[in-house]
Amino acid sequence: MTTAAARPIGDVILTLEHISLAFGGVKALADISFDVREHEIRAIIGPNGAGKSSMLNVINGVYRPQEGTITFRGEVRRNMEPHHAAAQGIARTFQNIALFKGMSVLDNIMTGRNLRMRTSFIEHALHWGRANREEIENRHRVEEIIDFLEIQHIRKAPVGKLPYGLQKRVELARALAAEPSLLLLDEPMAGMNVEEKQDMCRFVLDVNGQYGTTIVLIEHDMGVVMDISDRVVVLDYGRKIGDGVPDEVRSSKAVIDAYLGAAH
Amino acid sequence: MFYREAGQYKTTYEADSAIFPIRQERFAFWTFLVIAFVVVPLTASPYLFSAILIPFLILALAAIGLNILTGYAGQLSLGSAAFMAVGAFASYNFVLRVPGIPLLVAFGCGGLSAAAVGILFGLPSLRIRGFYLAVATLAAQFFIVWCLTKIGWFTNYSASGVITAQALVILGYTFDTPRAKYLLVLTIVALMALAAKNMARSNTGRKWMAVRDMDVAAEVIGIRLMSSKLLAFAVSSFYCGVAGALYAYAYLGTVEPEAYNLDLSFRILFMIIIGGMGTILGSFLGAAFIVLTPILLNIFVHTFAQSLPSSVSSNLEPMVFGGMIIYFLVVEPHGLARLWQIGKEKLRLWPFPH
Repeated sequence: MTTAAARPIGDVILTLEHISLAFGGVKALADISFDVREHEIRAIIGPNGAGKSSMLNVINGVYRPQEGTITFRGEVRRNMEPHHAAAQGIARTFQNIALFKGMSVLDNIMTGRNLRMRTSFIEHALHWGRANREEIENRHRVEEIIDFLEIQHIRKAPVGKLPYGLQKRVELARALAAEPSLLLLDEPMAGMNVEEKQDMCRFVLDVNGQYGTTIVLIEHDMGVVMDISDRVVVLDYGRKIGDGVPDEVRSSKAVIDAYLGAAH
Repeated sequence: MFYREAGQYKTTYEADSAIFPIRQERFAFWTFLVIAFVVVPLTASPYLFSAILIPFLILALAAIGLNILTGYAGQLSLGSAAFMAVGAFASYNFVLRVPGIPLLVAFGCGGLSAAAVGILFGLPSLRIRGFYLAVATLAAQFFIVWCLTKIGWFTNYSASGVITAQALVILGYTFDTPRAKYLLVLTIVALMALAAKNMARSNTGRKWMAVRDMDVAAEVIGIRLMSSKLLAFAVSSFYCGVAGALYAYAYLGTVEPEAYNLDLSFRILFMIIIGGMGTILGSFLGAAFIVLTPILLNIFVHTFAQSLPSSVSSNLEPMVFGGMIIYFLVVEPHGLARLWQIGKEKLRLWPFPH
């Protein structure tokens, strides 16, 4: 069963065409093409080492593919730059939590809004007028996200001391603070218990429903993937072996072979 | 029991993000400032001013500078003394060669010159990090001191290389007594420490810490690594440059390259390690520890251990000093500032067990 997104699925906003990425002799991605539509939840699945994380790294510019083009909102590029992707409204979370360990939860989430802050370091040093106002305005937005993700009680806590599930949630909060139009989630539910997974699913669906954010997520829990995503891409050994709505993918022979092993 | 935030409700985000959010802390801070600005100048002896308080404040300023770079932005540097030297020599040359320039403006220009040199030597940080960057900044340390010794223009072709700093005259008032110098240094250090704290708690500081903690994640949320790192180098060197100018004008009275050797760089690095990386308070605590402990030990040894042969007593000081450094780092690797924080947490309950 697929849940319909609360907002109608719109036009294609991101197109990846013939993406190939190699590290020396290792081909991580080979000639992969797929697209993402506005407001949809697009899942990327595949066995370990299939190239899922590499795919996200290509989308937001951490890796530069050797071949292929990326078209985001009409702009065709050979590759993305990380700050360019951020400026265009692409935010992400990481598989291994990449929070700023020496900072509080609040500061981590405030950092997510750095692109919305225009005042210079001299104004910060003087802490007068504009810089102060800007800080307070952004704090208001951050507090909305803190309420949304139900992490009010840990606002001032140092992020390194939080349990894993909460750290994942703070990382999502930091990504949301940028008010992205496209959110990349790298295994947001990995290593969580059932309850935490349910919470995270709810947050992902709420983000999609309330803010209309387009979501690309990597996930290993097939139940979750089939339940919340609109369309699914399946990768295996850097090749694309399936693409479509969850029911299509579930019944595809190539996908079953990749996951369960083919009987030859 | 006495130190707690119970009953202090914050109704604005501004109050919530204040430097001292708790009333007792604000009280303690203002009391401390009154002591530093009023009580100390009225009571302290000239020796206390010129041998202890002035160097303590100046080195604390340099430590704030290094803390911005190493503690906040995570870029290890061994060249802080060299940037201090740039500030001192630039100030000297501005006063010498620009007729009628106000001294404080010359100090500012000295700081800006140090910032420019800092950016130059910060460029390697875009490609290398950690110990390798430390070695690159070590090159700055040797190169700058060598340059200032070899090129006569900087020292105005003085035969000895040691030049007397011009008189400290600001707005027609000559700061020639230790007390006046102390007040001048204290004012500059207090204002610059406030500015550093303000930067640290705003977007600038968060960007630095993001680069320090996880550079890939920082890049992905739109922080430009290059500009953040170079800004840290520039601001840090500016602080070191002003500290260097004060060191020459308000403490030594002379401007000489040898005063800014590697030894001083190491002392400043120890200050932030012992005081606490990434805290402004830690810069002061570390500077106090490094400057005061040897003096106190010296007094202690001379008062209580007179019977010891001089060969033992003269070696006793560095041994005890080294032992204390090791002890503090074992007890709290995050420095004295963290100890202070832990102490405050304990004080919330004290003297009750729960």
